[in-house]
Amino acid sequence: MTTVDTARRRASGDIDEILRYELLESNGPKGAPSGDPILTVRDLRVSFNTEAGVVRAVRGVNFDLWRGRTLAIVGESGSGKSVTALSVIGLLDDNARVSGSVRLAGEELVGKSDEDMSKMRGSRISMVFQDPLSALTPMFTIGDQIAEALRIHHPEMSADAVRSRCIELLGLVGITRPETRLSSFPHEFSGGMRQRVVIAIAIANDPDIIIADEPTTALDVTIQAQIMDVLKVAQRETGAAVVLITHDLGVVAGIADDVMVMYAGEAVERASVDTLYARPSHPYTMGLLGAVPQPHVNIDRRLVPIKGNPPSLAAIPAGCPFSPRCPMAHDACRAEVPSLRAIAPEEGHLVSCHEMERVRDGRLTYSDVYPGLETRPPSWARTPRSERPVVLEVTDLVKTFQTKEGGFWRRRHSTVTAVDHVSFSIHEGETLALVGESGSGKSTTLLQIMDLVVPEGGTIAVLGRDTRDLKSSAERRAVRRDLQIIFQDPMSSLDPRMPIYDVLAEPLRAQGWERSKINARIGELMRLVGINADYVDRFPTQFSGGQRQRIAIARALATNPRLLLLDEPIASLDVSIQAGIINLLEDLQAQLKLSYLFVAHDLAVIRHISDTVAVMHDGKIVEFGDTDEVFEHPRDPYTRALLSAIPIPDPPLERGRRRYVYRDGELVLADEGIPVA
Amino acid sequence: MVNDNDPTQGTPPTNADMELSADTMGEVKRISYAGLICRRFFRSRSALVGLAIFAALVLLALFGPLICRFDYAEPDFTAIGLPPGPEHWFGTDGGGFDLFACVVHGLGRSLIIGVSYSVLTTVIAALVGVGIAYARGWVERVGMWIIDMLMVIPSFLLVALFVRSASGQDGWLALIFGLTLFGWIGYARTLRTMTLSLRERDYVRAAKYMGVSPLAIIVRHLIPNLGSILIIDTVLGVIGGINSETAFSFLGLGIKLPDTSLGYLLSQASSVMITMPWMLVFPSVALIVLCVSMQLIGDGLRDAFDPYSRAAGSAEPAEIEEEAEL
Repeated sequence: MTTVDTARRRASGDIDEILRYELLESNGPKGAPSGDPILTVRDLRVSFNTEAGVVRAVRGVNFDLWRGRTLAIVGESGSGKSVTALSVIGLLDDNARVSGSVRLAGEELVGKSDEDMSKMRGSRISMVFQDPLSALTPMFTIGDQIAEALRIHHPEMSADAVRSRCIELLGLVGITRPETRLSSFPHEFSGGMRQRVVIAIAIANDPDIIIADEPTTALDVTIQAQIMDVLKVAQRETGAAVVLITHDLGVVAGIADDVMVMYAGEAVERASVDTLYARPSHPYTMGLLGAVPQPHVNIDRRLVPIKGNPPSLAAIPAGCPFSPRCPMAHDACRAEVPSLRAIAPEEGHLVSCHEMERVRDGRLTYSDVYPGLETRPPSWARTPRSERPVVLEVTDLVKTFQTKEGGFWRRRHSTVTAVDHVSFSIHEGETLALVGESGSGKSTTLLQIMDLVVPEGGTIAVLGRDTRDLKSSAERRAVRRDLQIIFQDPMSSLDPRMPIYDVLAEPLRAQGWERSKINARIGELMRLVGINADYVDRFPTQFSGGQRQRIAIARALATNPRLLLLDEPIASLDVSIQAGIINLLEDLQAQLKLSYLFVAHDLAVIRHISDTVAVMHDGKIVEFGDTDEVFEHPRDPYTRALLSAIPIPDPPLERGRRRYVYRDGELVLADEGIPVA
Repeated sequence: MVNDNDPTQGTPPTNADMELSADTMGEVKRISYAGLICRRFFRSRSALVGLAIFAALVLLALFGPLICRFDYAEPDFTAIGLPPGPEHWFGTDGGGFDLFACVVHGLGRSLIIGVSYSVLTTVIAALVGVGIAYARGWVERVGMWIIDMLMVIPSFLLVALFVRSASGQDGWLALIFGLTLFGWIGYARTLRTMTLSLRERDYVRAAKYMGVSPLAIIVRHLIPNLGSILIIDTVLGVIGGINSETAFSFLGLGIKLPDTSLGYLLSQASSVMITMPWMLVFPSVALIVLCVSMQLIGDGLRDAFDPYSRAAGSAEPAEIEEEAEL
């Protein structure tokens, strides 16, 4: 399989251990890599000086890339995966210190000046960023921005050649009528379409390497599936090596050939994609896989949260960096740093764990490694849901928005119906999931309920009290005691200038609690959500995203509400942290007999947590039913399109799936480069 | 970390219990926000110099009259138009007034005017700007309309008229009042614009949904989150206040005899610039040094608050190791 050159080097012993095992990684869709790698990274180390100390973001990372193959780098936020990618393309901050070696086809990139690197960027190495909304300049047309990428590296190209190449590129990434779209501005495009344009720019000069840094994290699940398909097309057209950086192992299954799992700036496991999913051998990888919901099977097991948080890269624990969070850790783990070792000499599967032999020989899986987390049905759950009292009843809710267009003189007024005759009810202790893409009206519905005012059309009744009967703000405040909301982004839902004590005391003070009772209640709340009660004097910025969301949950629970509205409470969190929040919500429901209205765009999570599902599209509920019923026998074509977009964490299965796209009331098979409207 | 009054004892650990047990292990050193800002501020050498100069000027204004044998209001008829010397450190003017005493008093007067003007305008602008932005609806429309109307009023003339009607003794109070009366308007407009994005934040919405009153939301959430801007603008606003005071006094529309200020001293010096140059030099040096020190402090604060400023990367590794051991 290997070329003469590599074979000769191997024979002469001039080939390092890393490359030797990488050449054995054959358990993926494309088999083992062959030929010389296009990019070779050896002992890459990156550190930054910050207020908190020296942050060692990357600590001795090795990998190779081959043209036509995709390497997924997976890890939680703060594992050093983005910094690794940015150091390859030379886009790190000025205060970063980089050492080690990055060779692109034999040419050393570490130590090159910014000027030299900018000749490489866009032509030989290109990048797809996370947020398509900020990756394009709002002042220039799409055409100008693609043309710029071409002209910088090919100043000799004629205007006609540039134009025809731009049209070709837009067609390639699945944008219909590319000729007319060239003169559109970014704001006229949706998020998914903008990400397509960013990919078009990335492949404009036929690069050798495309780095995609969380390319779909900011997007809806349906768009995520489409962008992954476009990335596959981009790789096929350019033959480039793709580096896909993500925190979600579910996304990787269908696209990657090799996977490298990073933790605290180091690679902890590396294998072919099928091997990694079939036999994850590092406890961290097991945790990451166990945290991914499995939407295709109906198992009543809890997700595996990896407890705790990734370490601060300024204070990495002694010994194995994962040992504080590892259920298998013993004293040796805390003392000695493990190194990356092959699980078997004839196999390209490297693991950095002291317990590797035990995992390998005992064929341990995450259910063995992580302590049992059985579901605990509470006693009150024996009463059938339909016989419990109704806590929220929404009937024929309507909400419209007036839009103004045009200039100062000739304004056109039009009406957009955001919520169109929506009806549902929630019983005590029940979870209703409201699912839909952005713009489907699900968040508007939520805010309409929270406002506690008389809606434009229809009625809202909370715990039997119609909002029509709430006459004064005092009456509304009384209802708010039983009705609370949790927002999507815990970064913005907690005031950064308030210590946690005041954050939690705020709802209690608003309800007129006494000071002494507030103190006791705050300690209780902190324990309830699993945060050390000694931390009440800290500020929200001192907590991780998952902890902040716990604090937001504690605040919502402060007044002992009976109904919680959750507005995509886990969408902005890492998958491993998501699992912890979902489990916490399940625990709290069992303990406190809460009812949830859970808004989400991700159906995979829904299957786990909800009893009933309402699928929303264009302001209407298109499908309503029991969760298992909706997942197994979806009736509406839109629901089926949503279901087909969820990535399944099983590589062979995921690669063979066909996706459907919903268009004008019909299901369309989504082939590569599916054109969008 | 087992919890005695846990109602679920005996059952498998809940998710919260597991998080708690994981939490106690990894303790990371963290810096409070105020501590961080202080550290970043004091790291900037120019800001420290500015702070030292400003402190020295304040001390001079406070204790200068005690070390000087002459009063700013009582002329020494034996020494008229003297250049700087051992008796009169800064010399005297044509009327026999000791220039050191005058500069010290004038400095104090200018400082009081500058600082009160700046603090008052910031407070008014913050309350009005944030208030009308949070209120939305017709309150916001009417509020903006009034602010826009106030902006077209010829404020300079009105302040001048206002101060002229006051007496020499309390002219400085009238000046502060007049300057403040029109000083907050443009600033309130800016703060309103910044509040427009703050009021859409989830934590403001969350507070509203918890039943927190609008005034509490403004005071507890909105204004503190504009804090860094308010602090920086208050410091830099002092320069604006002092400059306005100087301009008014120089034109004879501000501080009048028997009171004195840096601007008034400069206006006196302008007619005897050639014959008695010290009359011009000392007040202008005092004025420039005061303004420069405020500017340095303001710059340092801005860098300290700005997460993207150079101050972020300038931490030396050695320094950090040291602090980590503390």
